[in-house]
Amino acid sequence: MTLLAVERIKLLTTRSPWWCALVALVVTAGFTALVVGNADEEFPATVASTQFGYSFGLAVIMVLAALAVTTEYRFGTIRTTFQAVPNRAAALLAKTTVIAVLSLIIGEITAFVCWGISLLLQPGADLALNSTADWINVAGVGVVYAVASVIAVAVGILVRHSAGAISLLLIYNLAVESLIQLIPSIGDDIYKWLPFNVANKFLTGAGESNAGRMAEAGAPLSSSPLSPGWALAYFAAFAAVLLTIAITTAKRRDA
Amino acid sequence: MIEAQGLTKRYGKTLAVDDLTFSVTPGRVTGFLGPNGAGKSTTMRMILGLDNPTSGQVRIGGKRYSELHHPLRTVGALLDAKWVHPNRSARAHLTWMARSNKLPLRRVDEVLDLVGLSSVAGKRAGGFSLGMSQRLGIAGALLGDPEVLLFDEPVNGLDPEGILWIRKFMHRLADEGRTVFVSSHLLSEMALTASELVVIGKGKLISQSSTEEFVARATDSTVKVRSPQLEALREALERASAQVEPAEDGLVVSGMDSAKIGEIAMQQGAVLHELSPQRGSLEQAFMQITGDSVEYHADLEAEARDVLAPTAP
Repeated sequence: MTLLAVERIKLLTTRSPWWCALVALVVTAGFTALVVGNADEEFPATVASTQFGYSFGLAVIMVLAALAVTTEYRFGTIRTTFQAVPNRAAALLAKTTVIAVLSLIIGEITAFVCWGISLLLQPGADLALNSTADWINVAGVGVVYAVASVIAVAVGILVRHSAGAISLLLIYNLAVESLIQLIPSIGDDIYKWLPFNVANKFLTGAGESNAGRMAEAGAPLSSSPLSPGWALAYFAAFAAVLLTIAITTAKRRDA
Repeated sequence: MIEAQGLTKRYGKTLAVDDLTFSVTPGRVTGFLGPNGAGKSTTMRMILGLDNPTSGQVRIGGKRYSELHHPLRTVGALLDAKWVHPNRSARAHLTWMARSNKLPLRRVDEVLDLVGLSSVAGKRAGGFSLGMSQRLGIAGALLGDPEVLLFDEPVNGLDPEGILWIRKFMHRLADEGRTVFVSSHLLSEMALTASELVVIGKGKLISQSSTEEFVARATDSTVKVRSPQLEALREALERASAQVEPAEDGLVVSGMDSAKIGEIAMQQGAVLHELSPQRGSLEQAFMQITGDSVEYHADLEAEARDVLAPTAP
C-alpha cells in the first residue's frame, strides 16, 4: 500500500498525466461527435459507433504511461526510487498498478462521455446499453486502456528514452499492425494474433453492438478468432509477459 | 560505517573500479579523492546498490544496501542534485521519498527548514538554481535522519557562500557522530573538509589515511632559510648531512628539521632572517602519489596543444 501511495504521489504531482488525460478525452470525444453527429438514416448511430474513436485515446494513454516511466530515467528519479525502495520489482509493479488504474479511470470516463455526447447528438437513435456486447463495447474501453498502459510501461522500462519508447509504441500501434496485413498469404494469419487487433475483438466482438451490421457501417471488425473473453485474456497475457521481461531486465541492469 | 571489500566494476573492457578495499568510520568526514573519471561515482552507486559490482562487495553497518529495511533511515545520499523531476515541487519530491520509507510527513518541513528552502517549498524544482538544487538534495539525504551520509561532488559549481555552507554542514553532521563520505576531485576542498582521505586513481586505491598523514607522507618536508651568512651556513649544513638547494634568496633544506638548523646557525654565529618549515600542499601530494594514474592526463595536454597551435601567431 505504501508503494502504491508513493507512486500515486509521483504520478499526480507532475503535469503530464493531467494533460494526457485531457487530450485523450477531448480527442476521443471530438472524433465521436463527428462520427455520431454525421450519422444518417442509412447508417444510424449505434453503441459501437459511439466508441469508434477509442484508439485515438488509446495512443494518448500509451504516451502517458510510457512518459511516466521514461521521465524517471531521464530525470534520474528512478535512482532515487531504487535508493528508497531497493526491491525494484515491487517498486516497478506499484508504478505499473497506479498507471493502469489511472488509465482505467480515464478510459471509463472517456467511453461514457463519448456515449453521453452521442445520446445528446442523436436522441432518436437506439443507443441503450441492453446487451452484454453493448456493455463490453463501452465499459471495456477502460479495461483496454489499462492493459495497453501496462504494455507502454513495459516498453518504457526497456527502452528508457521518452522519444524512443513513444515512437516505438505509436508506430507499432498505428502502423505496424495494419501493415502486416499487407504481407501476401501469411499477413492475415499473423494479423489475427497481433495484440491490438485482438483487443479490438474484445471490444467489438462479432459486431453485435453495431446493431448486427458489418464493417461497411463503421470501423472494421477484428479478424481475431478468439471469443471476446479469451481476446481480453490474450491481450492481458501479452502485457504481463512484456512487463515480466521489463522488470527482470530492470533488476539485473545498473540503474 | 561503510566497508568495501575487493569492490570491482567492469564496463566492457574498461575497469572502472579495480579491487577497491577501504572503510569509512563514523564521527568524521572522510574524503573520497580522485581525478575525474577515477571511479568515485561508480563506487558511490555501488554502495547504494544502484550498480551491481562485477565482483567484491560493500556493506553498510554490516549489511548490504538491498538488505536494509527502509534504507533512507540508514543511508542518506546526494549523488546528483539534478535527480528531481523539474515540474514537481520541492515539497512533493520530499513527500514521496518520506512516504516510501514510512517517515512522518513533518520531517519534510523539518528538513526543508534545515536547508533553508521553506519559502520555496511549493515551487517547481526545475526553476531552482544549482545551489538550491544542491540544498534540496541534501534535504532528501537528511530526510530519514540517517547514520551514514554520502555526497558526490557536493560543492561542484557552487558559489563561495554555498561551498562554505556545505563544508560547515558536513562538519556538523560528522560532529553528531554520523559517517560522512564526501567525494571530490578538488584537493584544496578536501583539505578543508575531510580529516580522513580515501584516494583513488584509475579505479585503484592509492591510499587511505588521515589527511595530514597523506600530505606528510607525500611531500618531503623542507625548511626555507635566509641569512646574510648564507655560504658559511650552507657549508655547515652540508657537513651535518642535510640536503641543501639554493632558492631565489636563500636555501631550501631538506632532511633536517628547523630546530636543528637553528642550532647549527647559532654555532656558526649566522644571523637568520628566515627559518620557515614549508608544508607541502595537498595538490603536490596528490600529483606525487597518483603520478601516472591520472587517466587521460597526457592526452589532454596533447589535445590542448592541438587546439592552441593554429591560433598561435
